[in-house]
Parts: sequence; structure tokens; C-alpha cells
Amino acid sequence: MNATKHTISILVNNQPGVLQRVASLFGRRGFNIESITVGKSEEEGLSRMIIVTIGDDQKLEQISKQLYKVIDVIKVIDISANPMVERELALIKVNAEPSIRPEIIGVVETFRATIVDIGPKSIMVQVVGDSDKVKAMVELLKPYGVIQLTRTGVAAMIRGV
Amino acid sequence: MSTLTLKATNKELYTKLMQPDVITGSEILLRSLLLEGVDCVFGYPGGAVLYIYDAIHGNPDFNHLLTRHEQGAIHAADGYARSTGKVGVCIATSGPGATNLVTGIATAYMDSVPLVIITGNVMSTAIGTDAFQEADITGITMPITKHSYLVRDVKDLSKIVHEAFHIASTGRKGPVLIDIPKDISAHKTEFNYDNQINIRGYNPTVLPNKLQVERLLKAIDEAKKPVILAGGGVVYAGAQEELLEFVSKTNIPTITTLLGIGGFPSSNDLWLGMPGMHGTYTANKALQSCDLLIGIGARFDDRVTMKVDGFAPNAKIAHIDVDPAEVGKVVETAIPCVGDVKKVLELVNQKAKAAQSEAWIQELQMMKKEFPLKYKDDNKHLKPQYVIEMIHKTTEGEAIVTTDVGQHQMWAAQYYKFNHPRSWITSGGLGTMGFGFPAAIGAQMGNPDRLVVSINGDGGMQMCAQELAICAIHNIPVKIVVINNQVLGMVRQWQEIIYDNRYSHIDLSGSPDFVKLAEAYGVKGLRATNKEEAQKAWQEAMDTPGPVLIDFIVEKHENVYPMVKQGSTIDEMLMGDS
Ligand SMILES: Cc1ncc(C[n+]2csc(CCOP(=O)(O)OP(=O)(O)O)c2C)c(N)n1
Repeated sequence: MNATKHTISILVNNQPGVLQRVASLFGRRGFNIESITVGKSEEEGLSRMIIVTIGDDQKLEQISKQLYKVIDVIKVIDISANPMVERELALIKVNAEPSIRPEIIGVVETFRATIVDIGPKSIMVQVVGDSDKVKAMVELLKPYGVIQLTRTGVAAMIRGV
Repeated sequence: MSTLTLKATNKELYTKLMQPDVITGSEILLRSLLLEGVDCVFGYPGGAVLYIYDAIHGNPDFNHLLTRHEQGAIHAADGYARSTGKVGVCIATSGPGATNLVTGIATAYMDSVPLVIITGNVMSTAIGTDAFQEADITGITMPITKHSYLVRDVKDLSKIVHEAFHIASTGRKGPVLIDIPKDISAHKTEFNYDNQINIRGYNPTVLPNKLQVERLLKAIDEAKKPVILAGGGVVYAGAQEELLEFVSKTNIPTITTLLGIGGFPSSNDLWLGMPGMHGTYTANKALQSCDLLIGIGARFDDRVTMKVDGFAPNAKIAHIDVDPAEVGKVVETAIPCVGDVKKVLELVNQKAKAAQSEAWIQELQMMKKEFPLKYKDDNKHLKPQYVIEMIHKTTEGEAIVTTDVGQHQMWAAQYYKFNHPRSWITSGGLGTMGFGFPAAIGAQMGNPDRLVVSINGDGGMQMCAQELAICAIHNIPVKIVVINNQVLGMVRQWQEIIYDNRYSHIDLSGSPDFVKLAEAYGVKGLRATNKEEAQKAWQEAMDTPGPVLIDFIVEKHENVYPMVKQGSTIDEMLMGDS
């Protein structure tokens, strides 16, 4: 079986320590975490975590079963098994002397990214999209000199009802 | 000398406890424990639990046993739980008290033992400030508890206790920790005990998928060489009768894992013994040549499978277990049956028919005759196996036996024959030295009318020997056996066989005179160096109403056989020269 990328959505009771329980379970059982995001869900008291991980089917099954053993975990779905929408946000601060700015703005516009701050020598770009798009944007901005980069990790949802 | 009597949760007590009063967190804790039917708690006080101990003081309904080390307390609670099937409870203070429990929590977690562990913590306002004796015990124990709570509001306490007992004792059982900051144990609120449990996301599967049960029955029907591997899950589910019925109906030869011992009567002809590293010849061969392997409440530990590729190479594997995560974790499973082992077997038994296994059974019976467990006895030395056999004979297999970890543990598993569940108490998953003796104290507290024998090595005996005090003070009549080979025997065996006789740090010279040590605590001590003395001492121990320690000086060079070296498949057994 070959290892592929999976996006797992985990609905949890919003108890203190629940993030630690889930994250440390991944670490201790040798499951890998590519990205992890947590935030409130549609229901009061419940949070949703999105974890991107890599593994074969057997590993995925173990991840899901082990997650269900955590008392505060309510539901686990491998959403990448379905048509889904996956988004990540990144803020990228690049070197941008005034002379080079038009060029950078050109790149940013093609990607439908936005400039959210301009400093004397730099600009800050915000890009939203799937991880590949974010990666491509970063690659394109690298030649100008990336000063700082921060990514949120993936938020995702299954399409339709 | 105080005697500890067990208080039943009788009606009068119940009414008294349920009275709606405004009381402190500590009193709420005690009332809640009593309402959960707790009759004995093992613990050790300290600053963070002083309110709790103050509430215990003079409480006529509450039995508390002061051990001499927190490790003793938690292993005792564990032995109590394993031997009774009830939830074991222990209490420790914050920081060092709590961290002293860690080994015992991990031990219980690995063997799925239901415990509720109460720890105190510093004032909730001081949490996170590195306050005196602060330790993040919920954080430290997260990987080794089934669940844990840090109580933040006294109003939640009774609900938390109730949930903790529920979680510890249902589904796959395990330890649950409740960490109570000092101020919470002092705060007052109205006591309200709610019997409702509603933990969203926690619904252990009880009944299996019917289709899978059908598939299992079909597989049994088709099998020529079926075998059952029964683990601790059989004992924990109380499914020994259902297993016996299953075997009687299907005629499938049965192997019990280290923790499964007692889950199936060893007197039954179809019993093949224990599998794995020190398993019987027949059990290991049966696993390697079976065509259907039915795991029941067994988790395919690596001490059982040894080299996983190459384990049961011809077998279709069926797995009955309450924990879905165990199915397919180690071995590829064709037929998963997730559910309570007792319930699954009840269902299976409704339709189970005899398997076509006559030839297979005959083959195995011949093997059992040809390759029994054996050792070279001689009259010069006292052999450890002889001591175990003697204890088995004189107690007629009816004792509760606890062991520590090492060679003596394997010999006890091999040479003491069990016919009842919850009579064999040993640390399997974690292999915790220091476990056996305090566990025996807990087992005796839970079973005041039964004979409890604690079998230890001279190494492990020194890890919790301080609990001799408890036996003496409360006259807890455990018979404490030390299989004294003057070395860390199991390590010596590995160094001999795998490390080419390079004996590194296994010599236990400087051990105390165990007889004097016992006497120093007020426990009767006896010694035996040959068979005659062994019989005499053991008889005297049996005739003595209170606790007795017997130091059996045994042959130092004895090894446990069969033995499978790590990296080998389980049929590659060293048989020894006996
Ligand atoms: C707490 C702990 N430390 C170390 C070990 C490793 N270990 C396993 S068996 C053993 C030797 C035990 O010696 P002893 O108690 O004398 O028993 P014997 O093997 O001689 O019967 C050791 C050190 C362990 N299992 N537990």
C-alpha cells in the first residue's frame, strides 16, 4: 500500500488539554502531522481540528481508531476521501524596494492574492488557497527575498450537503 | 493493631450519603467514592490533599490503607481491581506523590485495569507558576491514562467522579486520573449526585456486527486446524464460562496468553498452555501451523507473536475484541468482531458447531505428551520450578497468585495451574518489577477469605519491600515467596544466551537477609535451601494465620525454557537441556 496525503477532520469536546491529547497521540504512535489547525465549530462547546497527515490505508485506519479512543473526540472523518474544499492562508513579507513593487504586484494579482501591508522596504502578501497554491506563491516570491512567512495550516470541508 | 472491615453500601448509608448538604469538595469526593461502592482506598497524604485527609479522619464509612510508598498504593489498588473486577482507587498528593504513581498508572494502562487515581494539586491560582510541589500530572500521564480530569470547579466534582468510574470500568478498561487542586477540595457547594452519565463521543461497542459473527462461524466450519488465542480480555469481560462453552461446542484447542491465564481452565484437555517467548512447545507450534486463529481479548503483543512476519503464516485470523483499535493493529485480520467479549461469545455460541478438528487435536495431544514443560530436578539444589509446583500442589491450585517480573514470573505461569479467572495477577504489558508484592496486598484486601500467594524474585522484592509494614500492621495474611537466586535472573539468562555469558551488573550481593527484613517489619520470616526445608517452611507458612515471608534459596543458573529469542519466529524454540 502506498502512503498518500490525507486530510482528517476531528470534532472534539472543547475541553482544556484536548489539543494536547490529540497532538501527542500522533507523536507517540508515530503518525506524522503535516499541518494542524483548530478552531471553534458550528456548535457551542465543540471544536474542529483539521490534521493533514501521510500514510497508507492501514495507518489511516489506525489513526482514526486511536483518535476515537480519546474520550473528548466525537467524530473523525477522512475528508480527503470525498470531494472537498481545502484552504490555507499564508502571510508573506517580501523585500520590496519601491522600484520593484510593480513587478511583485503583478505576480500577486495573477494569483489573486492581496497586498495587506506596505512598509518602506517590504510588502506583506496574503494568499488564500489550497496548499499547492500557497506553495507556488511562496516559490514565486522567493527570488525577491522572503523576510518572514507564516502559514495557518489547512482548513477543509466536504462539498455539498 | 487495627482491622479493616469492608463497609457495604447499604441502604441506610446510601440515604445518608445522598442527603443534599452544602459540603466541601473533599467531603463530596468521599461521598462520591462511597456511592460508587468503593470499600477500600490505598493512599499517601501530603500538603495538597490535606483537606481530603482531614475529611477522611474519623469518617466511619471510609477504609483507607496508608502504604509506605505511592508506588505501593497504586499497585495495591491494581491488585485489588484485577482480583475483584471492581475499580481500584488510590490517592496521592501533588508533585512527587503524583509522579511516584506514574509506573503504576502505566502498568494498569498496559493491562487494561480499571483504576481511579485521585491526585491533589497546588491551589488552582498557583497552577502554572512552578509552585512548591507542582507537577503537571494530567500532562505527564496523558499517554498512560484512558482519560483524565483536572477539576476546575467544585461543582463539577461529583459528576467527574461518576464519569471517571464509568470510563474506567466500561469498554476497554483502564486508569482514569482526577487531579484536584487544593482550593477545590476546600470549596463548598451543594452535593448533588446525579446518576445520569452522558459522555458525548464515548459509546463503547457492545454488540458485534452480525455479519462478521456469521463469517466467523463459517470459517470455523471450514477450518481443519483452528486454534483459539484467549487473552486478558476474556478475564476482564467475565467471559470464562462463555469461552468454555464455545470450546466445548467447537472442540477448538485453546491457548491462553500470560494475562489470559485463568480465563480457561488449565485442567481442560484442549488447553495448550501459554504462547510466545516462554510459551509451551505445543502452543507455539499450534499457532504456526493453524489455519484459523481466533484471537479473543488478546492484543497480539510482541512477546506472543515474536517476529510478526512469519507469525501464524497459514492462518486466517479472526479477532474478537472490545477495542476496535486492537483489530488489525499488529496482524492482518480477516474477520473482525468488535464488541464485549462476553456478548460476542454469547452470540457465537448460539450457533456454534463442532469443527472438523479431530486429526488436528490428535496431532497436538501427541505433541503435548512428547514435549511437556520440564526441568531437570536434582536433590542437591532447590529448583525454582520445584518450589512453584509444590505451592501449586499444596494449595490445590486454589490460591490467588501474584507475581513480580522475571524468571519466577514465567515459572509461576508455567508450573502453577489455574482453573479460575482473577486468580493470576501479573504485570504483563509493562513488565513492572515491584508490582507483585503490593498487588498481593490489594488482592488480599479485596478477597479477605482467599489464600493470596505473592511470588517474587530477590530483585523485584526489594522494589516495594517497605510494604511489609502494611502486612504486619493490618495483619494481612499474604504468603510472600522470594525465589532467591541471588541475581537478576531473567537478565542473567539473556546475558548468558544472547550476550555470550557477559554478566553485566546482575549480581545482587548486598541484598538484605530477607528473613531478618521481614522480622524487622514484624512479619514472620522463614528460609529454605533444600526440598525438605522448602516443604517444612511452606507448611509452616500455610499454618500461620498472618503474613509470612519465605526465602527460598534456589539454584542460581536455572533458565526458563522453552525460550524464543527476539527476532525469531515462535516455533524456533530453545528447549534447554532438560
Ligand atoms: C522496574 C523494572 N526495572 C527493570 C526491569 C528489567 N528486568 C526484567 S526481569 C529483571 C530481573 C528480575 O530479577 P529478580 O527480581 O531477581 O527475578 P528473577 O528473574 O531472578 O526471578 C529485570 C531487571 C523491569 N522489568 N522492571
